[in-house]
Amino acid sequence: MYRITRRKALNDDVTLMEIEAPCVAVKARPGQFIIFRIDEEGERIPLTIAGTNPEAGTVTIVFQKVGYTTRKLDTLRENDCLSDFVGPLGEPSHTEGIRRAAVIGGGLGVAIAWPQAKALHDAGAETELIVGFRNEKLIILQDELADACDRLTVMTDDGSNGRRGFVTDALRERLEAGAEYDAVIAIGPLPMMKAVCELTRPYGIRTIVSMNPVMIDGTGMCGGCRLTVGGETKFACVDGPDFDGHLVDFDEAIARGRMFKPQEREAMEKKHICNLTGEVR
Amino acid sequence: MPNMRADKNPMPMQDPEERIHNFGEVTLGYSEEAAIDEAQRCLHCKNAPCMAGCPVNVPIPDFIERVKAGDADGALAVIRAQNALPAVCGRVCPQETQCESRCVRGIKGESVAIGRLERWAADHATGKAAATAPTEKNGKRAAIVGSGPASLTCAGELASAGWDVTVYEALHTPGGVLMYGIPEFRLPKDLVRSEIDKVRAMGVKIETNTVVGRTVDVEELLRDADAVFLGSGAGLPNFQGIPGESLCGVYSANEFLTRINLMKAYTFPRYDTPIRVDGRAVIIGGGNVAMDAARCARRMGAEVTIVYRRSMQEMPARREEIEHAMEEGVEFRLLTNPTEILGDENGFVKAIRCIRMELGEPDERGRRRPVPVPGSEEDIPAGTVIVAIGNSPNPLLRKTTADLPTDARGRVIADENGRTGMKNVYAGGDAVTGAATVILAMGAGKRAAKAIIEDHP
Repeated sequence: MYRITRRKALNDDVTLMEIEAPCVAVKARPGQFIIFRIDEEGERIPLTIAGTNPEAGTVTIVFQKVGYTTRKLDTLRENDCLSDFVGPLGEPSHTEGIRRAAVIGGGLGVAIAWPQAKALHDAGAETELIVGFRNEKLIILQDELADACDRLTVMTDDGSNGRRGFVTDALRERLEAGAEYDAVIAIGPLPMMKAVCELTRPYGIRTIVSMNPVMIDGTGMCGGCRLTVGGETKFACVDGPDFDGHLVDFDEAIARGRMFKPQEREAMEKKHICNLTGEVR
Repeated sequence: MPNMRADKNPMPMQDPEERIHNFGEVTLGYSEEAAIDEAQRCLHCKNAPCMAGCPVNVPIPDFIERVKAGDADGALAVIRAQNALPAVCGRVCPQETQCESRCVRGIKGESVAIGRLERWAADHATGKAAATAPTEKNGKRAAIVGSGPASLTCAGELASAGWDVTVYEALHTPGGVLMYGIPEFRLPKDLVRSEIDKVRAMGVKIETNTVVGRTVDVEELLRDADAVFLGSGAGLPNFQGIPGESLCGVYSANEFLTRINLMKAYTFPRYDTPIRVDGRAVIIGGGNVAMDAARCARRMGAEVTIVYRRSMQEMPARREEIEHAMEEGVEFRLLTNPTEILGDENGFVKAIRCIRMELGEPDERGRRRPVPVPGSEEDIPAGTVIVAIGNSPNPLLRKTTADLPTDARGRVIADENGRTGMKNVYAGGDAVTGAATVILAMGAGKRAAKAIIEDHP
């Protein structure tokens, strides 16, 4: 069993948890992910690691209440336990040699973009961080972001905080103003990562994306997480989750993401989670 | 006098019409009367040719002798001394190509139903024959990677020899293919769990949620262990490389079976993991895994077609599995090979395009090579496609263990006793041979354990 040592709501939809998993905490590198399962009946769900504390033996995860399992996870409190927590999975990010970077985070992806930016910034790279949210209420980690970069831009779709527009608007402006980067790292919803890649493609800037498709085992066994990258089939779990964004077939990945949508709805309808007690009926 | 009837006692079975609506076991096992009657067909040949067909050397006539007396405990004790997983082997071993193929009774009539008798002993023993841990430990430590049949056998053998054994499993449940691959209706999971509990009772520790190569690597294991056994199996699904394999509704057999067997998606939404089987399900392949996938899809309510590029004669699945699939209404399209999977405007499968094949010259293994018949393409409407054309060894160990010798197909290179080119590292089962059978993996685990004991006096 894996104990939740800390739980903090980052906004109405997004929650941060620290999970006691010493072996994972020691081994994890930026870009890798874990798979958790809440209980015996639970699904296996992958989440990118948002941070570690090797001394305390904890791993930080940040999740958004989007489906049945993440809603159920959100009902757990400090000192509750997860049945399973395995990792670190996937290849660590390769950020060696990057001297100037733009890190782009969208929504929940900001929880992963932030430690990536911080690692680059701490390693001495000139790091810009561009983050975007739908609106002011959904902003997360606002206080931490500024310390992780040399230049921070916050965008909201509706202009309720920061600048109005998408992260790509901010990035386009920078590129048109002549900003030069060794790499752009984009972490967020698939349409956002796709748009960033389209934007950087004509500039020939290396663009790294972090893919998070549906998977079961996370070790290469099920093949459910397969993507087409540069015309070849790749497994996000063992070949990724980071890929050269200019080679990823995003339309296919977006279509595959819809595979179990009706079942997700069915689970939400048939298995009611009480908002007050967290009880499942 | 032995019972000289030419035929085996028939195996009682769930009616096909009924069983396609449940995941309960298809074959129900012999009654005591049937088991005793069948045991009396054994001639107790002095040279026991059947034993030579058993990869783990079960003393077959000896255990059958006990069955004849109605003594399931005694029979199981005899089997268990050589085989850590009798209830599993009694169900999934291909006895017809192993022990039973050597049975003298098979020359005129049917062989003795050795597998069914093994199962009867395992199912009817009262537990008195459960293995126990040796009282004395020898101070040696082994780390075992994976918890499938090869690993469990190796672990059991080492534990009985006094070794301190830890098994590392990547998934949340031990058992490997016995849990995620073979369906409940062929191998009930409670039974696998109880067999694994017996291995635990021998003192073997099992660490789940540990991916060797990620959570811990082989070099680290070698720091604490005198020997490491790699029994990580062949878990990486192969695809044909035809267009449309990434459409929604296309599964690898591994994904389809893992959702159903390990994650219990057939009980969704009671269990949280979903599965969807839309329209007709087309399964590509002709092995046991293809049959398992077809029969699972049937139980999920689908009309099912198996497409296989050679003829029935070349089909690698066990006859019994093919027959069961046919009884359950699975359609077989032989000499048929997919060339493309076609999708609708939303990215979901709508059909599979196949070409007719004819058999040409024999290949290097003597099987006649299928050749496409030009212009014979045909579209089979389908909502689900399951690719069951084999698995390759998982690349993770190879990628994270620099000194581990592997061949061009990613298989660990080991001699027949499991010794690899790396000091104190042994390997066996599908990780070495590529996808094969439970019992061959068990045989390899057993030989590797023997080598480990010999090399560490």
